[in-house]
Amino acid sequence: MWDWKYAWDILPQLLSALKMTVWVTLCAFVVALIIGLLLAFAARSQFKPLSLITKGVIEFIRNTPLLVQVFFLYYSLPVLTGISIPAFYAGVIGLGLHYSTYLSEVYRSGIEGVPKGQWEAATALNYTKAQTWRSIILPQAVPPIIPVLGNYLIVMFKETPILCAITLVEMMLTAKNIVSQSFRAFEPYTLVGILFFIISYIASLLVQRLEKRMNLQRGK
Amino acid sequence: MPDSWIDFLPTLLKGAEITIVVAFFSAILALVVSFVAGLGRLSKLWIIRTLTAVYVEIFRGTSLLVQLFWLYFALPFIGIELPKMLAAILAIGLNFGAYGSEIVRSAVLAVPKGQWEATVALNMKPWQRLWNVILPQASLRMLPPFGNQLVELIKSTSLVYFITMADLTYQAMVLRNNYISWTTEILVLLLLMYFVIATLVSLAVRLLERKLTAGRL
Repeated sequence: MWDWKYAWDILPQLLSALKMTVWVTLCAFVVALIIGLLLAFAARSQFKPLSLITKGVIEFIRNTPLLVQVFFLYYSLPVLTGISIPAFYAGVIGLGLHYSTYLSEVYRSGIEGVPKGQWEAATALNYTKAQTWRSIILPQAVPPIIPVLGNYLIVMFKETPILCAITLVEMMLTAKNIVSQSFRAFEPYTLVGILFFIISYIASLLVQRLEKRMNLQRGK
Repeated sequence: MPDSWIDFLPTLLKGAEITIVVAFFSAILALVVSFVAGLGRLSKLWIIRTLTAVYVEIFRGTSLLVQLFWLYFALPFIGIELPKMLAAILAIGLNFGAYGSEIVRSAVLAVPKGQWEATVALNMKPWQRLWNVILPQASLRMLPPFGNQLVELIKSTSLVYFITMADLTYQAMVLRNNYISWTTEILVLLLLMYFVIATLVSLAVRLLERKLTAGRL
């Protein structure tokens, strides 16, 4: 049933693919953090067309599958623009863009969590708009959402196997390749599951600890 | 060769049918599992609490695609061969059930303590407490998060493409293989179809929510 020797033999390959999985996740997370913030700003814009279009785009991206979006980036964009995108970048952009719409909501809740009096105080103290954001609003809006952002990082990590569809050689595709050579699927897929579990479980414990510590700091 | 993008519609609609069937049955499984596991985690018996917690952690800690591959490609090696449809429904249902159980658990915990005390004071049987007093109140709180999960579930049915089930995504990719020059039209159409399905479902959930919470919350 379970062949220890075989499992031991393929483990190094899977572990080195795990590095790729983690790297894609981190790159995509950075993309999502930046685009998510831009989307959150654009959705709050006073300029109605911009905020409407932004909300429409967010809605569209959130209501369509990541897999299809990645296919679109990888297969369609080269046809439309004439530039072909390597699988890695298509994966990073696809995953990052998809979750930027979720993160924009997280930012929004953080920004709305700042009491109105803070805005009024900034106006009373004659702060410029940029100063208000930089030194008053964001320093109060971002810390409470850090644990939520951490949870999304874990969610994104677990979405990376989808990227094997565009031949990005992460853990899932590596396991698939091993299976197609050895015709044994039990050990590779079980190991992939175990590796995913270990990392996301540890990460979620860390996020929980962070959350507790931050609640303590804020005196809750 | 197709004359226009309309020629792709019949094939795609056939795929949409499979997508909807998979989504429907896995949503039902996920709902049932959510309640069983969510209430199980609040059980007085430690063995039930532990078992449900282990289930939830395992399914939340690994990835849906890994679970699908495991059920469909790995299980046959220990003598269990599942048909594609069953593997798909099990993977999606059990995965979303694990997330859903957290919704049920927190909604039940959010019912004010006085309600529990009142059921005891009224000498209700345990199942009466849950069924007549606690769950009706908790269910209203569960609706919005369940609605979001349902949209996520519909999106995730696209993963059955990987086990070559002829769903919407699979049909579209077969079409793309046959008519490479129409790649963009096919993929845009595919995105739009998912968007329409997901938007209709989330509108329906919102309507239901408004109807049920009218005059309550």
